[in-house]
Amino acid sequence: MAAADIAAALERALPGVTLESWDASDQPVIVVPAAALVDAARVLRDTPELNFSFLAEMTAADYWPKDPRFEVVYHLANIGVKDFPRPGTAGTGQRLRLKVRVSGAVAELPTVRGIWPNADWYEREVFDLFGVVFAGHPDLRRILMPEDWEGYPARKDYPVQVKVPVEFGSPTQVTEDEFVRNLEAHRVHAKGAAPGTKARPGA
Amino acid sequence: MSDSEQKELEGIPVLTTTVDKLVQWSRRSAIWPVAFGLACCAIEMMAMGGGRYDIARFGAEVFRGSPRQSDLMIVAGRVSRKMAPALRRVYDQMPEPKWVISMGACASIGGVFDNYAIVQGVDQIVPVDVFVPGCPPRPESLIYGIVQLQRKIAQQRAFA
Repeated sequence: MAAADIAAALERALPGVTLESWDASDQPVIVVPAAALVDAARVLRDTPELNFSFLAEMTAADYWPKDPRFEVVYHLANIGVKDFPRPGTAGTGQRLRLKVRVSGAVAELPTVRGIWPNADWYEREVFDLFGVVFAGHPDLRRILMPEDWEGYPARKDYPVQVKVPVEFGSPTQVTEDEFVRNLEAHRVHAKGAAPGTKARPGA
Repeated sequence: MSDSEQKELEGIPVLTTTVDKLVQWSRRSAIWPVAFGLACCAIEMMAMGGGRYDIARFGAEVFRGSPRQSDLMIVAGRVSRKMAPALRRVYDQMPEPKWVISMGACASIGGVFDNYAIVQGVDQIVPVDVFVPGCPPRPESLIYGIVQLQRKIAQQRAFA
């Protein structure tokens, strides 16, 4: 299915939403507005002829200093098994690249964890490295960097080398209470950032 | 020892040495490394433990899963900042006397990973006895490093 056909199916299901679409050399690409992301994701997953039931990969790109600066990229797959995961789906496989542009000033997107549960850790990774906050994510914490890290390393305006002393003297014993409290302290909710997520000065 | 005394001892299996030398001999002849592979250097470290290179010839083949049974930590690979507290904790759990070999370019100076995520030299976290250069060092290099460590131990005093 070409990008235009998928986009047409999406626009039929979501009146009032305008999409950008083109066929890249490897797979069709569709750009959706951030406000329509969750609805578009649900349509892509649940429409039998589309059936993008599998979030193969999710990442982001920083086009700083352009604005909107971030592009969050979802690679979707229809794995091409007839009547799977629900009856009525065709047996032809298909891939799709779904893009959402996000401004640097308010780097926030709704979560698609409710559509594809494996988005949970992907969104944590994008948050960890790019600082895009996913509203409605149940457990938005850093996943790769240390919990108390400042700044978002995959941003274009982040330095490659950070000359700060290495910290290795954290407590060797943590009680269960302290562990849970730590976890809570580093969790971010979309409205009002919690400690441990402050951006580096100038970032 | 006089000639008569020497004659008396002839044929009797006796060896004289100092307690220091004896203790250090036993220490350097059974350096048990803690299994601490972090990256591709660990593959060469494992090759060193295998039959082809056979570190058992130098008494250091017993890789322990617990730091409490180990004498030597071979830091084999790049150390991320997030790994630093864990590495230090493993080192702290090892009983004295203990030694550290920094294996390869990454562990020693950060290697090609001159960035925010990687510790630029493991000597910022633990005291290093021997640096083994290479990317990664061949098993022979690491064996040479262990032999150098044995020489170093032989020169140390057991009782200060």
